[in-house]
Formats: sequence, structure tokens, C-alpha cells
Amino acid sequence: MAGLITALILLPLVGALVISVSRPNFARGIALGFTLLSGAVVFLLWRGFDSGTGGLQLIERHDWIPSVGAEYLVGVDGLSLLLVILTSLIFPFALLAQRMSRGACALMLVMQAALYGTFTAQNFILWFSFYEMSLVPGFLLIKIWGGENRDRAATKFFLYTFLGSVAMLLAFLGIYFAKGTFDFAKLAELARIGPLLSGRVGWIAFAGIFLGLAVKVPLFPFHTWLPDAYETAPTGVSMVLTGVLSKMGVYGFVRLLLPLFPREIQILGPWLLGLAVCSIVFASLAAWAQSDLKRMVAYLSINHLGYCMLGLFAVSAATARPAVEVQAALSGVFLQIFNHGITAAALFYFVGLLEERRGLRGLHDFGGLMQRTPLLCGWMSVAMFSSLGLPGLNGFIGEFLIFKGAFSLAAIATTVAVLGLLFTVVTFLRAIQMLFSGPLAGSCSAFPDLLRREKFVIVPVTLLMLAVGVAPQFVLSIVNSTVAHMSRLFA
Amino acid sequence: MFSWTAVNFWLIPLLPLAASLLILSFAKSHRGAAVVLAVLGQLAALSISIASFAWTLETPGARAVQNFTWFSFGDQAVRVGCVLDPLAAAMLVMITLVGLCIFVFSKGYMAGDKDFSRFFAYLSFFSAAMLGVVISNSLLLLFVCWELVGLASYLLIGFWIHKPSAAAAAKKAFITTRIGDLGFFLGILWLYKSSGTLLFYDGGNGCLENAGLLALGSSATFIALLIFSGAAGKSGQFPLHVWLPDAMEGPTPVSALIHAATMVAAGVFLVARVYPIFSLGAVDGVTPSLTVVVWVGVITASMASLIAIAQSDIKRILAYSTVSQLGLMMVSLGVGGVAAGIMHLLAHGFFKSLLFLGSGSVIHASHHEQDIRKMGGLRKRMPVTFVTYAIGMMALSGVPLFFAGAWTKEEVLHATSHWPKSQAPHYLMLAGVVLTALYMTRQMIFVFYGNRRSQDAPHESPPVMTRPLIVLAICTIGLSAILTPAWPWLHSYLSGEEAHLDFGQLIQPILFVSLALVAAGIGLGVLLYRRAGLTDPLEQAQPALFRFLENKMWIDELYSHTVIAFSRGAALVSSWLDRFFWDGLVRAVGGIGGLLGSFSAGVDERGINAGVDESVSGTRGLGRVMARFHSGQIQLYLGAIAVAVLALLLFYAWLA
Repeated sequence: MAGLITALILLPLVGALVISVSRPNFARGIALGFTLLSGAVVFLLWRGFDSGTGGLQLIERHDWIPSVGAEYLVGVDGLSLLLVILTSLIFPFALLAQRMSRGACALMLVMQAALYGTFTAQNFILWFSFYEMSLVPGFLLIKIWGGENRDRAATKFFLYTFLGSVAMLLAFLGIYFAKGTFDFAKLAELARIGPLLSGRVGWIAFAGIFLGLAVKVPLFPFHTWLPDAYETAPTGVSMVLTGVLSKMGVYGFVRLLLPLFPREIQILGPWLLGLAVCSIVFASLAAWAQSDLKRMVAYLSINHLGYCMLGLFAVSAATARPAVEVQAALSGVFLQIFNHGITAAALFYFVGLLEERRGLRGLHDFGGLMQRTPLLCGWMSVAMFSSLGLPGLNGFIGEFLIFKGAFSLAAIATTVAVLGLLFTVVTFLRAIQMLFSGPLAGSCSAFPDLLRREKFVIVPVTLLMLAVGVAPQFVLSIVNSTVAHMSRLFA
Repeated sequence: MFSWTAVNFWLIPLLPLAASLLILSFAKSHRGAAVVLAVLGQLAALSISIASFAWTLETPGARAVQNFTWFSFGDQAVRVGCVLDPLAAAMLVMITLVGLCIFVFSKGYMAGDKDFSRFFAYLSFFSAAMLGVVISNSLLLLFVCWELVGLASYLLIGFWIHKPSAAAAAKKAFITTRIGDLGFFLGILWLYKSSGTLLFYDGGNGCLENAGLLALGSSATFIALLIFSGAAGKSGQFPLHVWLPDAMEGPTPVSALIHAATMVAAGVFLVARVYPIFSLGAVDGVTPSLTVVVWVGVITASMASLIAIAQSDIKRILAYSTVSQLGLMMVSLGVGGVAAGIMHLLAHGFFKSLLFLGSGSVIHASHHEQDIRKMGGLRKRMPVTFVTYAIGMMALSGVPLFFAGAWTKEEVLHATSHWPKSQAPHYLMLAGVVLTALYMTRQMIFVFYGNRRSQDAPHESPPVMTRPLIVLAICTIGLSAILTPAWPWLHSYLSGEEAHLDFGQLIQPILFVSLALVAAGIGLGVLLYRRAGLTDPLEQAQPALFRFLENKMWIDELYSHTVIAFSRGAALVSSWLDRFFWDGLVRAVGGIGGLLGSFSAGVDERGINAGVDESVSGTRGLGRVMARFHSGQIQLYLGAIAVAVLALLLFYAWLA
């Protein structure tokens, strides 16, 4: 089914155009329609995908600017498909989360198109264009529709990630001058034979790409833009930022840094593992200290992505790489990407519901909600327990696989990282205690419990968490062949 | 004839689970339906458990294993499964039987609660998870159920969530056990790495079978200790015992089921289940990991039985008693008496849930008064509760002949006396026998004897509550028949040996020793507390010591001023560093960029662009207006560009 990926990227863009000429009150409906339509295309893509093959599939290749090696080259492997599916799930969820003006709806669709592009592009120039294209709507959505401090947060978000991107672009220019191609697969092949760039230049290029991706993930200590941005952004945008945008960084590590700079990353391995552990431990500690619910969830996002980085760095830093451990770590990372996307988005959604009812979102602004809104509390607790890795829900499987792989490949770092699992529990149980238990706070005594339209959003998402937690095979089978394929490259 | 169960015993945990889900989905507002569903689920689980037990009886060396692939990653697979052997079968019967009694009791005890249905949904969910722990044939599946048991415990301790103390206790329980579980988790990872499988039994390839154990080598000690940290958390062993007394904030049936009979015993069960890892490479039955188990158990048992003497809350006394009995079981496992430890676990499940339900009956009748100093004289007003409570008390204290606890405790003491490393555990456990008899006598006297110390007029609980007491009391006595040394049937069943009837075995020297000790404890208790009023005689005699014990040796205070204060401080520091230091660095870099930017902009404007300035003054004017709106940010933009250009130039210089 040729052209499916192109259709996927174009659909939301068409939607954005339609919205810009439509009447304002139809905007959200149209946006939902187009995003669901793109979801249907993703479904076709999934059906057309051969899960028995590890490499790229459904490739579309056209010349674009031959003189600079830019091609229109898109295709998917298991990881790309997983992220595309995640994107198609999070956007409808985010659009349903709150009212959005026409402009915001159009920008959301542009962002979705950019994300579909980022996760399928296999040529650096094309990939970079999509990568940057996602930044602009993010910036505008925060700056125009954000809450308090939105100017500062938006600027920080944009500049920080943009600076990282510039560094990455320069690094890739260097690689292009040395090797004459922007094709990811070709570059990876070349990197397997020998270093892409030798000596100091190689290190500079590595540093550039690393910086760009580390900011995007974000990896400690390049993370300080994130709490501000997530806190300020409107609920739906926070959901997309944490659910999908944060995955671009992890994806970049898997697709670019690990294959292109295996030596550099191995030499720096212990340091990188240290950064991942810092992300995990310090972010979970910082989350515990927050009194704003959104900031709390934002820090836990850093913490959860830290597990992904732990898995990836453990694989790339190890000197001996038994296939089973590499596959466990990679599968865990991919599953964690998916799980975190669903769960963190759900958490932001719930915080949004609370904020909508109360007008505030401090931990101290609520109390005794269980007596007034048992359903809201119950379903929100499920999302929290999923996030803290309770077995039976989705978070556990991914974390178990990451830790299984990482423990064998990097025992000390993994042992320290386990602390993050503890502080996450403390953070969430403290929140549950402060929000749900005790006597009902006067300010919450008129709250409505979950409304029908809210249930309509929450129930399927929660069922998905449960399904992945009980029978994760349907997600894992998307990436299994890709994982096996990658582990052979690492061996 | 029971071969059906050998294939289908995995249904046991699913039946209560189905009941729980049905209640949550359909019977939320229908109380009757909720009880019926919960009891039916439990009854069905009990029937299959009994059939499974029968199967293990008729099949010598029975071990049924059902393994399946849970999921695959890459080209590997994670397999889990269920196992049915004497250990699992005995646990299944105890849990489902005690559970059923407690379910029925709860119908009366919780009758006035508005969240009645939710309570039964949680209870059924707990039962399912606990049964899952017992039949898991994989450490991973066991861990999954283990955590779900913890969740159920969390939900049920905090069941009266409007009570801040209940919410705090629930949180404390979950976090404290989670600390142990993190060690357990690392132990699982290590075991997985070393042996390549987490299945216990897998046709010779499991981690508890020869090939798997062989692969462990010297890491077995560490793995065993890490697993033990999980067991210590769940089973309230020092230093992670602090959550268990607080867990008494939950409704009393919860305390009976979860925090006395079943979940807290899961740690002991876990050690017994993976015992081959603990005993790997044992010399004379001693390994480093088992030695740790013994001493942790000894410390726990001694400490808890001392603290129990100075408590005044009827449930807290029982809670510390539970902690101390769990310590005793751990000691038994540690010195090599696995069968004895499990027997004590099973007997304890019956008599301790009996005691807790009895205390529930008392509390129910006393309008939720839990302070024993305010009770008294209930013997005549609540005869059924009194008699059954007395049976439980005698079983716990170890009064010989007719009470299950006595024989199993005897076995444990017997096992400790043969430990080659040290005799200290044996003597400390003997001292524990005196203490146990003492604090139980104290409780009996305060609650049931003397004159009523408060004004209300309590009366016996309804039959729905007293009948489970009678059933449990009968079990406590009946169980002793298969426990005696004259016919050590249960011991043989668990250890897979043949039992012979020999009444000569009844007369053992240690029997007289412990008989004397129990008598001493009870006598001392009667002597001390006979005339006790509102103040405790011990408090009058030794105020400082009493204060020390009454405040639980200030261990909670110690933790909150050290570990908790430190972590909380670390959290605040992390948050502060984030906001000011790391973000400050970023802003400093931004600022430098901004300075460079203004510098190069100045050069640009005054030097290079002076010529064209004239022609673009209009644009620049607009720019200045815009710049005013964005002051500070423009600098950053320029800074970014400046840095980028600089970097680009340097980069090309290097390339060339």
C-alpha cells in the first residue's frame, strides 16, 4: 500500500487548512474528525505492516533536493509504527480534554503531522524539517493559550530546544561533508564499518547531536525547560507534549545516536548512565517536593523517560551484550515509551479535570475528594498506580523489562535507579492522601463527579492500561522483530 | 479421582477475582448481591482448594505444574505458571477457609457501613491476589500477585478514608513494604540474570531445580538476602515492622484476614517457597542467608513480645503478637525447621484470625472502644466471644495438648534447640513463650474479668459474627489432632515423609519445659494484673521501662528523624537545585549569549551596517518597537544566533 505514510502526514495538514477556513465553532469537531481519520490510516498501516520483519517497511522514496542529498524517504519499522500509533491515540484524547479555539486546533493538527513525519522520515534533512516543524506549534500553543508565565516558559521551551537543534544540524552537516549522505540506514551501515568522523571532529559531532536530543528528552541536567513548559501549557497541549513530543528525543537516541556513534557512546557510557540515574532519582525527588499537581506530573515525566535512557545507555555502554539482555532492555524502552505516553497523558487529563472544577491545582487546594467524587478518584488512582509501576497495569511490564536488561548490563546504575521507583510511590501516595482522603474540603463540596463525556474518554484509556498490563503481547509483537534486528546490530 | 484439580487448580484465584469484578461493576449499590457474590467466590475457591489438597494426599510426591508464555520480547519469551504441591495446597485450604469465616463475619461487622459493597469487592480482590501468591510457579508472577496483595492491603487499611489516621497508615504500610519490595525486585533481577529463568519448577530447568541452582553459585547468598528483604517487609520483620501495628486502622475483619492470617504470612511462605536458594551450599544446615533470617526473626520476636506487654489497644496488642509470631516462624525457617515454620503459620492463621475476630466482636459490642483499660467484665455478657477468645488465647500462649499453636510452637522450639551455630535463639524463644503467655493473660483479664470500667452495657454479637468464631475455634482445636508428635501427620505431609502413630513421642522433655514456662507466664500475669485498675501495674512499678515499651521503643520517632527527614530534605534540595542551580546555569548561559549578542549587534549596527542604516530606518523603528515588547528575549535570540554562527565558524575551521 504505497503512499500510506504520505497520506498519514498530509491528512492533519489538510485538516489544519480546512479549519483555517471553517467557522470557529466547528474547529474542534473538524480537528477530531481529521485526527480520527489519520487514526484510520494508522490502522491500515498497522494491518499492512509485516511484524515478522525487523527492518524498514512500506518505504516511499522520491528525490527532493539531490544536490544536498535530501530525499523524501519515509518508512516504518516496529519502533516507528509504535510511535505513530501512540501519536494517533494521544491526539484525539488531547483534543477531547478541553475546549480549544480555532487557531489552537489548527496548530495541534500541524503538530500531529510533524510528529507523524518525524517518526517515519528516514533521511536527516526530511527528519529535521519535521522535527523543527513540531516545535513551532508547540511554542505558539504555550505562548498564546498558556497559563501564568507563559511568555517566559514558551521562550525557554523554544530557545532551549532550538539551540539543541542547531547544534544537531551543524553536526549533521559535518557528517554529510564527510560521508555524502543523509540517509539514516546508510549512515548506520557506514558507522558499523568505521567511525563516521574521526578524532576531535567525531566528538564534536557527537556532542552536537547528543545535546540536541538530550534537551529534547530531556536528560538531566538539560531538563529545566520542561517543568515550566508543562506547567503553563493548556491541558491538551501538556498531554501531547508529554505523551508524544517527549518521545522524539528517545526516538532520536535510538535512530541516530546509538547507531551512528557507537564508540563515543560506549566510551562515555558510565557518565551517560550517571546522567540517566540522576534523571531518575532527582526528578522523582523533586516531584515529591512539588505542591503544584502539574509540576509534579511534569517531574515524574522526566523520571519515567530517565528509565528509557537507563535502558538505552546500559545497552550501549556494556562491553559484553548478551542478546537476551539487550532485547529485554530495548523492548522495555519501547514499551515504556508507549506506556508513558498513555499514562502521563491520562494524568495530565485528570489534573485538568481537577483544575477545571476548582480553578486551582495545588495539592493543598483539595481534600477529601473521595467522599464527593469517588469515580474521579478511583479512575485517577488507576492512572497513578499505572505510573508508579503497579503490576497488572501497563507501567510495570516496561519497567520490569528495562530493569531486567539494565541490571545485567549495568548493575550498579540500575541498583541506584531503583530508588526512583520508591520516590515515585511516595510522591503519588502523598498526592492521593492529600487530595482524596480526610474530611471533605469546603471548597470541593460542590464538585460534580465524572461527567458522561469524561467517562467516555477515561474508560477506554484505562482499559488500554489494563490490557497492556495483563497481556502486553499485542504491543510487544509490533516491536519484537525490530528489537531482535537491533540486538543483532549491537552484538 | 481428583486429577481434575491437578489441571485446573489455576482457577482458584480467578474465582474470587471474578466475584470482585462483578461486585465492582454491577453490585455496587446492592448489598445483598455483593455478599452473596463474595461468599460464593470464596466458597468455590475453598471447594477447589480442598479438592486440590485431596489430590496432593492421594498422589505421593505430588507436584502439578502448569506453565505458559506470558509474553515475548525480541525473540525471547517470559514464561510464568502455577504449581500445586503440599506447601501450596495446605496454604490454599487455610486461606480460603479462614477467608470464608472472615467474609461471613464481615457481613455482620460491616452491616452499618455505607461502602459495604466496596468492602466485599476489596476483600475478594485480596483473596484472589493472595491465592495467586500461593500457587505461583514463577517468581515474577508471585511478585505480581505480591504487589496486588499489597494494593489490597493499602485499600483496606485506608478503607475509612475520611479518617486521616487511616489514610496515613495505609500510605505508611504501602511505602514500608515497598522498600522491602525494591530489594525483592533486585533479587528477582539477579536471579533472572544468573539462572536465566524465574520459573520455580520447569521439568528440571527451573530456578529451584538442580540446573538452575547450580547456575547461581556464590550469588545465591545475595539473591536470598534480597528476596528476604521483601519477605521482611511483608511479614513485618525488624526493621520494617513499623507499618503492621499502624495497619490496625483498617476494619477489624481486614486485620484478621490480611494482617494476621494471610498476607503477613506471605513473607514466611516466600522464604519457604524459595528455600533451596537460601539453603544452597549449606554446611550443617547453616548458610549466611539463613543465619540472617534467624537473627532478624529473633530480634523481631523478642522486641515485639516486649512491646505487646505495654500496649493498651486491644488490636495493637494482637498486632505486636502477630509480629512476634512471624519472627518465630522466620527463626524456625532459618534454623532449618521449614515444616515446623509452615505448620506454625497454618495454625497461627486459624487462632490469630480467631483472636482478631473475637476482638472485633468485643469492639463491635463496646461501640468501637479499643482501649482494654476501659473494658472489663465481658465474660458474662459475651459468653461465646469469651470462650472462643480463651481458646485462641491458649493456642497462642502455647497451652499444651488441645490447642494447635502449642504443638507447632513446640516443633519450632525443638528445631531451634538443634541449631549448631548458637543456642541464644532457643533461649530467647523460650523467654518469648513466657512473655506471650503474660501479655495474653493481661489482655484476657482486662477485657473479660473484673468489673466493667465504663458505663455502657455491651451484649453478645449476632450469630453471623459468633458462628465464624465457633468454626475457627473448632479448627484451632481440631488441627491439634494432626499436629501432635504422637502422630505428626501435617509435618509428614509437608516434608513428604511417612507418619507413624507413636504415643511415646508425646512425652518429651521440652514439653515439660514449655509447660512450665507457659504456666509461669500465665501465673505471673494473674498475679500482676489480678487487681489492675485503670493504670497498669507495670507502669506503677517501672514507669521508665513502661514508657519505653508503650512508645514502641521510639522506633517510629527514630525513623522520622533520620531516614524520613533525610529523604524529605533530599526532595526539597532537589527541587531547590532544579529551580535555582540547574536552571540558573541555563539562564547564565543565556545571559552570556545575550551579552555576546548585544556586542555583535552593536558592531553590526555601528560598523558594518552604518551605510545602509539610512534606508532601513523605517524597519528599524518598527524593530525597536517590537524589541521593547520582547526586551530580554531578543537578546537571547541574538545570543543564540551568535553562538551558532561562532560554532559554525569554528567547526569549519576544524574541518579545513
